[in-house]
Amino acid sequence: MTYTAVQVSGLSKQYRIGATGPAYRTFREAIVERARGALRRPLSAPIAPSIWALRDVSFAVEAGEVVGVIGRNGAGKSTLLKVLSRITRPTEGRVEVRGRVASLLEVGTGFHSELTGRENVFLNAAILGMKRAEIVRKFDDIVAFAEVAPFVDTPVKHYSSGMYLRLAFAVAAHLDPHVLLLDEVLAVGDAAFQKKCLGKMGEVARSGRTVLFVSHNLAAVRALCKQCVYLETGRVRAVGPTEEVLDLYARSGAMRAAVRWTREGEAAVASGPRITGVELVGLTQPLVRVDQPLRVAVDYVLDAPGPAIPGLHFLNSDGTILFSSADWSLDALAAGAHRGVCEVPPFLLPAGAITVEPYLYDSSRPGTNELARDWVRDALTFEVEDSAWVEATRRRWLRPWPGMVRPKLPWSRPA
Amino acid sequence: MSVARSPASAAGGDQRPADPASEAPPPAVVIDARAGGDSLAELWDHRELLYFLVWRDVKLRYKQTALGALWAILQPLMMTAVFYVLFGRLAALEQRVPGVPYAVYALAGLLPWTFFSNAVAASSASLVGGAQLITKVYFPRLVIPLAAVGAALVDLVVAVPVLLVLLLASGRMPPPTAVLTPLAVVGLALAASGVGLALSALTVRYRDFRHVVPFMLQVWLFLTPVIYPVTLVPARWRLLIYLNPVAGLVDAFRSALLGTPLEPSGVALSLAVSLVLLAAAVLYFRRVERDFADVV
Repeated sequence: MTYTAVQVSGLSKQYRIGATGPAYRTFREAIVERARGALRRPLSAPIAPSIWALRDVSFAVEAGEVVGVIGRNGAGKSTLLKVLSRITRPTEGRVEVRGRVASLLEVGTGFHSELTGRENVFLNAAILGMKRAEIVRKFDDIVAFAEVAPFVDTPVKHYSSGMYLRLAFAVAAHLDPHVLLLDEVLAVGDAAFQKKCLGKMGEVARSGRTVLFVSHNLAAVRALCKQCVYLETGRVRAVGPTEEVLDLYARSGAMRAAVRWTREGEAAVASGPRITGVELVGLTQPLVRVDQPLRVAVDYVLDAPGPAIPGLHFLNSDGTILFSSADWSLDALAAGAHRGVCEVPPFLLPAGAITVEPYLYDSSRPGTNELARDWVRDALTFEVEDSAWVEATRRRWLRPWPGMVRPKLPWSRPA
Repeated sequence: MSVARSPASAAGGDQRPADPASEAPPPAVVIDARAGGDSLAELWDHRELLYFLVWRDVKLRYKQTALGALWAILQPLMMTAVFYVLFGRLAALEQRVPGVPYAVYALAGLLPWTFFSNAVAASSASLVGGAQLITKVYFPRLVIPLAAVGAALVDLVVAVPVLLVLLLASGRMPPPTAVLTPLAVVGLALAASGVGLALSALTVRYRDFRHVVPFMLQVWLFLTPVIYPVTLVPARWRLLIYLNPVAGLVDAFRSALLGTPLEPSGVALSLAVSLVLLAAAVLYFRRVERDFADVV
């Protein structure tokens, strides 16, 4: 049985971005606009600023393929999944999808904290497109997979965040569509849970289903996908076997080597607590030695006073988070621009490309699965340099030093 | 996987011969730039989701409140008490009401009205309130405001027995026409769906409607013969009154349960207006629903 499961042809999506931010209008604005339009249309059509989130995207996915969609922040990956899952409509082009589609853009959509685990499973599964009979049939499997059986009749507001995520993922993992659209759902939970999810995803991938998998986790993409689509600023940059595409991705400066990143364009005018920039303090080029301390500054803005905790993820070139640090000393902050500086000691980061992702955490909502109020993926990348001559940590070893971190630990020789 | 052919060749070049031994490829769904929504068949496909959303609304309402289901009854009962004093006593409407005590008469009007009003208020706000769902999952958007109407309907069903008890307590039996009450309820649900769908879609686009709806419903109550009999209105204005879809349907509900006199042409007119409204609302809704995720 071979057929094209997903055929994307000339797909484009344009977003209108108002300078004021929100896309909805008040009635008065709409009337004024209409009136103006009627009076002045021949002279000057108002040109609303807009961006093309997708531009002329074409590719095809054969049934049973697991395809990774990669690209930087803002490349259009999420927009692509939203169009494919029919959440938003394209501006141009068309897509043909064969078979039942399930999309998973978030874990736990529609979960309600007042409802019990059992109730949430039914509700969430129905929202994701399962029939009642199917949910009844799979219910025990779902609960077993999530390992929450004793608490299934407890409201989920009493769950730990781990239990909550496990249950939410378990529902999603038991969907049985022809075509599965996945966005970053593996980026949640602790390492053990991520591993379990990855295992389940691998199972899905081998079961002959067609999967489109959007992720920043290149290790996961490499493990799951034979084929990849690489998007860059809304266009298809490359399509092909995963290794080749990931190679191109790595070489094409997709890792933004820089000492400073500032937010521009659409997101800069958005409202709400947000990151505005991140900077390697005191460096002139994106390069540090393993024996040098490093200072990373996060700039962020609050429109209103409130709780917000800035933090940084440090990732290696596979997209694995090596560690994360946040300023938990902060409670409530005044409105306005703020800067937080994080000190990374020497002998922690390993040699190689390190990516920094700043985020703002909302400490007023513990236990939700929304870790961040804002989270900038792939904000900037720098190189950590190691060499045999750096300190006496590995004097005569000239080949790369293994390990996710690069500590210098004391050794002694008890007499 | 391959880089796709141009749209033109993709349209015609996809029919490769299927292996007869293998399963046939499932039918294709086409996603393109057209504005129209989904077929109503798809709505039917999602009827279970509709049921689950109604169930969630009802469950949550009763879970989070101490009095639970009592609220469904208390709200119309308290309004009845107020109107009993204001209109029954002070304005001496009691004598103008045919055949039943004013309190029973008012409650029999306030129950369907409360259903209509709660359904419209809840469904108007439902899409904006459900933004989290709309931006993350696909399903026919019609399900969301319809579920809000469904949840209000549950309240009505819970409250009707109280009216029956009150009627029996006043020494009367419900007439045989009481079995027709569900028909009036269906009519009211259609009217509420029409108004609710239109307002929910408009609220997504123009947030002003969040302020308009409560005010509109307040005025609407007094324009509808709920707490007063339609006979108070001069005969030549009466057809005008029935252009209001709720008027005839509240009348029908009350008449079925209490046996009060009924103007069939009025009911027919109200029902017709409801259906036209519903059809227009569905058309408008489907025209704009595919853009909700971008706007909400």
